[in-house]
Amino acid sequence: MVEFTLPAKARVKPGRTWPKPEGAKRLKEFRVYRHDPDGGGNPRLDVYFVDLDACGPMVLSALIWIRDHVDSTLTFRRSCREGICGSCSMNINGANGLACTTALADIDGPLTIHPLPHLPIIKDLVPDLSHFYAQHRLIEPWLKTDTPEPQREWKQSKEDRGKLDGLYECILCACCAAACPSYWWNQERYLGPAVLLQAWRWIADSRDEATGERLDRLDDPFRLYRCHTIMNCAQACPKGLNPARAISKIKASMVKRRV
Amino acid sequence: MAHFHTPLKKARGAAPAHHGTGHFIAQRLTALANLFFTAFLVLLALRLAGAGQAQARAVIAQPFIAIGLIAGLATFVWHMALGMQVIIEDYVHTFWRKALLLSLNILLSGLLLLLAVASIAMIVFGS
Repeated sequence: MVEFTLPAKARVKPGRTWPKPEGAKRLKEFRVYRHDPDGGGNPRLDVYFVDLDACGPMVLSALIWIRDHVDSTLTFRRSCREGICGSCSMNINGANGLACTTALADIDGPLTIHPLPHLPIIKDLVPDLSHFYAQHRLIEPWLKTDTPEPQREWKQSKEDRGKLDGLYECILCACCAAACPSYWWNQERYLGPAVLLQAWRWIADSRDEATGERLDRLDDPFRLYRCHTIMNCAQACPKGLNPARAISKIKASMVKRRV
Repeated sequence: MAHFHTPLKKARGAAPAHHGTGHFIAQRLTALANLFFTAFLVLLALRLAGAGQAQARAVIAQPFIAIGLIAGLATFVWHMALGMQVIIEDYVHTFWRKALLLSLNILLSGLLLLLAVASIAMIVFGS
């Protein structure tokens, strides 16, 4: 059965409260999830105080400041700091998002930061996304053609290119997948909103010749039809995309080819 | 037992089952049919308001009403069974438990439909 409560070993316990920085005038409290599965013990919430005058304006800036000035063992992913790479996706005050594009000024009171929910944890704020990436690999996210490749390029009209808007921008941060209850309960078999949005991106591509093969690959009660249009994905997407709409288009294509 | 499966093997699993679209279509169509059936039931209830048992039985025994009730109950039970199937598939992950519950869902839904049809038939044929 689905587990609605955390196993005893996964329950989050109060952690260490780190000292406030000396001389700071504007402080912000951060409660950050800490866990090292190799070290044993329960996860804990450590409390840090960040000097807002000494760090940048975003949540990621504060996490980097904590790691540089308070606790060098705090572990999280980050790379571009521009909302392009999707590395710093995490759960900030209960909502999945990118730490690099979430402004500290937009959040009143203390911040509670957890890793993306319902994923195995490698350490602290770093979830294991191996399965998520393998699911992305499964849908074969590249142009598939049998026609001999043209000498210059595969042509595409402006209108057909426009159909990929709202799809190609996905950065695979997994915020949507980790916000989807269907993905929480059935992620071994359900592909989840991000991967299905990517699947539709290639089905919708006018140059791709493998539409039927792609639809065949998704024609499954679990891979596709676990989506119950809950819409958490659209709410969570930091790029403002709507995976639920893409999924509904896949379902419509499935119906059209049978009618 | 430890497994050393690659993530891609796990993701691919046992390949797509190639069904699910039929379930999706049936769920939508029965939902639509149930809208009409509900309106039909409301109209029938209004028609029977204040009627005695004999008069109510006479109205239900009319062929158009009886067939409408049976057809409506069929789509209603079908829709219920499809919905229960989704809930079981969503939340029950142990293979045998899931197989058992899915079988019971079909069996109990069939029995419910049989009971409803038999009840209407008894009224129509006057027993």
